[in-house]
Amino acid sequence: MVFALCFVLFLTGLYCILTKKNTVKIIIGLSIMEAGVNLFLVLLGYKNDGVVPIIDRSTDIVHFLAYSVDPLPQALVLTSIVIGLGTIALGIALCMRLYVKYGTFDIAEIRRLKG
Amino acid sequence: MFITEIYLLVLLVFMIIAAIIAVEIKSLISSVISLGAVGVGMSISFLFLAAPDLAIVQIAVEVLLLIFLIRATLGREIVSEKGAVTIPLRLLSIFIVLVILGFGIIAFRNLPEFGKPVFSLVPEAPSNSYIQHGLKETGSANIITAVILDYRGYDTLGEATVLFTSLLGALVILRAKTKKNGTKVINHKETKARGGE
Repeated sequence: MVFALCFVLFLTGLYCILTKKNTVKIIIGLSIMEAGVNLFLVLLGYKNDGVVPIIDRSTDIVHFLAYSVDPLPQALVLTSIVIGLGTIALGIALCMRLYVKYGTFDIAEIRRLKG
Repeated sequence: MFITEIYLLVLLVFMIIAAIIAVEIKSLISSVISLGAVGVGMSISFLFLAAPDLAIVQIAVEVLLLIFLIRATLGREIVSEKGAVTIPLRLLSIFIVLVILGFGIIAFRNLPEFGKPVFSLVPEAPSNSYIQHGLKETGSANIITAVILDYRGYDTLGEATVLFTSLLGALVILRAKTKKNGTKVINHKETKARGGE
């Protein structure tokens, strides 16, 4: 159920990319898809009654080993979130440049190549 | 059903509503703000999923992203009406998305159910080794930091490279044109020289 709703979030972004003609809207759709995928990967590593994988002086090691959530997806999703910022910043820079050149965000109106 | 799952369902419904508003609203600034609501929902979900590091990073990244997006849309938030896709194409897109949703739900049956991750079923999974020996082998109390900076250090190096390259590309694209004047001067000289000939 949780997985399916997370997939619906991903598909909302996919629908946005398929139907919208505004470049900023397309980048917003990309960002929504990325959020869905990141959340799905973290959901896969959750354990019921899970504890945070940080060891403290007061941590009971036996309880920690039995109930710690998966640290591997969390670490890789941390990487993925930061890379997502980089790619979307690059996309927004391209949008702003296109707006300066053509005066519109609409991909249907951006047709001719201007030198 | 555990209480965390109920919280997550409520948050996911909130995020889907915010995403639909972000997709369908006309004004670009409102769309960007709805995207911010999706990001904050993600951050709270990470808190419920026992991932505080991710929650902090998500908030920081979301703030930066909103600053970029608002800078891009400021003063040009008019969406032209004729840019909209025709209704048959829109119906086709909805059909494709629903087909993908159907396949996804079939595929999700093969996954272990929520709350019982794969690494607790497979004893030789690397995550078990990270949890058991992470503190001893790396000296890091935070196992996530141990994975990022020690076990998967090369991944983090690659991540830093990708981030540097993409931000460098963004800066190059957005740079105010200084070289064009230079080329113009060169052309001017060339035309002068040709005129002299």
